Amino acid sequence: MGKVGIIGVGQSAFVRGYPGSIRELAFEGFKEAMEDAQISAQDIDASIICSAPEYDKQRSPSGVFAEYLGLIPQPTCYLESLCSSTSMGLRMAYSLIKSGLHDVVAVLGFQKMSEISSAESQERMGRGADIQWESPFGTMMPAYYAMFAKAHMEKYGTMLEDLALVRVKSATYGQVNPKALFRKPVTVEMFSDPEHFMSGPVSSPLRVGDCCANADGSSCLIVASEERAETFSQRPVWILGLGAASASVNMAGRDLFTGLTVARQAAEQAYRMAGVVPQDIDVAEVHDCFTISEILAYEDLGFAKPGEGKELIKSKETYKEGRIPVNVDGGLLSKGHPIGATGGSQIRTIVLELRGEAGEMQVKEPEIGLVHNIGGVGLYGNVTILGR
Amino acid sequence: MSQKKEIDDRFKKFGTVSFTSVTRVNDFINYLEQGKVMGTRCKECGQVFFPPRADCYKCFSSEVEWFEVAGKGRLISYSQLKYAPVGFEQDLPYSIAVLDYGEYKVFGRISSDVPEEEIKLGMDMETVVNRLPDGQLNYVFKKTE
Repeated sequence: MGKVGIIGVGQSAFVRGYPGSIRELAFEGFKEAMEDAQISAQDIDASIICSAPEYDKQRSPSGVFAEYLGLIPQPTCYLESLCSSTSMGLRMAYSLIKSGLHDVVAVLGFQKMSEISSAESQERMGRGADIQWESPFGTMMPAYYAMFAKAHMEKYGTMLEDLALVRVKSATYGQVNPKALFRKPVTVEMFSDPEHFMSGPVSSPLRVGDCCANADGSSCLIVASEERAETFSQRPVWILGLGAASASVNMAGRDLFTGLTVARQAAEQAYRMAGVVPQDIDVAEVHDCFTISEILAYEDLGFAKPGEGKELIKSKETYKEGRIPVNVDGGLLSKGHPIGATGGSQIRTIVLELRGEAGEMQVKEPEIGLVHNIGGVGLYGNVTILGR
Repeated sequence: MSQKKEIDDRFKKFGTVSFTSVTRVNDFINYLEQGKVMGTRCKECGQVFFPPRADCYKCFSSEVEWFEVAGKGRLISYSQLKYAPVGFEQDLPYSIAVLDYGEYKVFGRISSDVPEEEIKLGMDMETVVNRLPDGQLNYVFKKTE
């Protein structure tokens, strides 16, 4: 059987307080992807709708979206793996196409987080952890990742200044990404200024500037069989490697606190399937829900040895001109993190990079790109390798 | 008159806010009442579980026995929250942490009487039962003597 390609990508702007309903939000990402693919809704054989549950009143959004987007009577379903939902959606689309069941599948991710308060949202995010044994202690995502930051700093000497440098890079590119939520420059001085909001404590050692923000957004990928991809598209981007893994939801079941096992396992699978090594990757999108997460990702993906992730950011090797450009669209830290839409946005960026259409974010002639998308606190991990 | 079936919802007493009330390891709460933090061990294969489980995924047995989390655990990592999810604001600031007991690990809170500057990764701590002001029960990590 042949290859599977991505023939259309789209996303809404990521914003606070989207002034519309979830179906209207979904339409924005879908429309851009469909215009990019230059196909019509009848060309789509099935749709997979992805988000993290409990932010909306609407149960089972797949049917509602399929109708609004003109995708009935084709089959549709809802899929979630928290923040990595769209990457998992792409994996499912790949298997639906490889099996021969469908030729063209739309993967649509969305999240409208602004309908609830930030504290309520933290509570829901916290309940993406173990609600029986951990949530009763008052957990939230920044606190969990902060434990990983603390362990990494202790073992490898990673500094708060290194974390700030990740945010500074993120802001460099957030400023040139018209879809990003935060488009202002950030300096390391802001982190050392106790009066500046960026330095405000959230959960030690993480500060406000170390954390991504909630956002509303949608993203969409149009995935097609090799034959359809070549019929419809002048410039399909091929799925070369897919990796996915899961880990213990309870931190008591984890052996590693200086990296994410799911990322390491998913990366290994994806590299093997694609027949490439970390040095072959020309551009990457990693799940920087927190600054420390990007440093962990450098190491888990093999861009740096364990403990040496900080050197990559200090030497600016992950900037656009560096050895391995990472998150040159601003990442989650600048774009905002509308959970179910994030993976699709990361994949969109890599597709645009490989097509040479990333505008001010374009790196020089990349041939192979990688997407690292994590759900929960390293609960789910997806790594996707794409090529021209 | 229909007889109301009594629901064993002891687990609602766990933590500041419990999101679960019914579980087949509800005895965990009775042990907390007695001042003991307990895990379970599979009677068939000996697999140790903390947090406690009613079922063994290795041999599919539901015959488990309780054991006490005793002695010292090593602090793997922690974080002190300065911002809390809904329902936990009155507890701020508090630290979540993981202790390594070798055969198992325990996730919980560090006792609020341990100042943050005295918390060092790798230090030995012990797990003790803690009663919250409203009568809810959890467990916390304290420094060992």
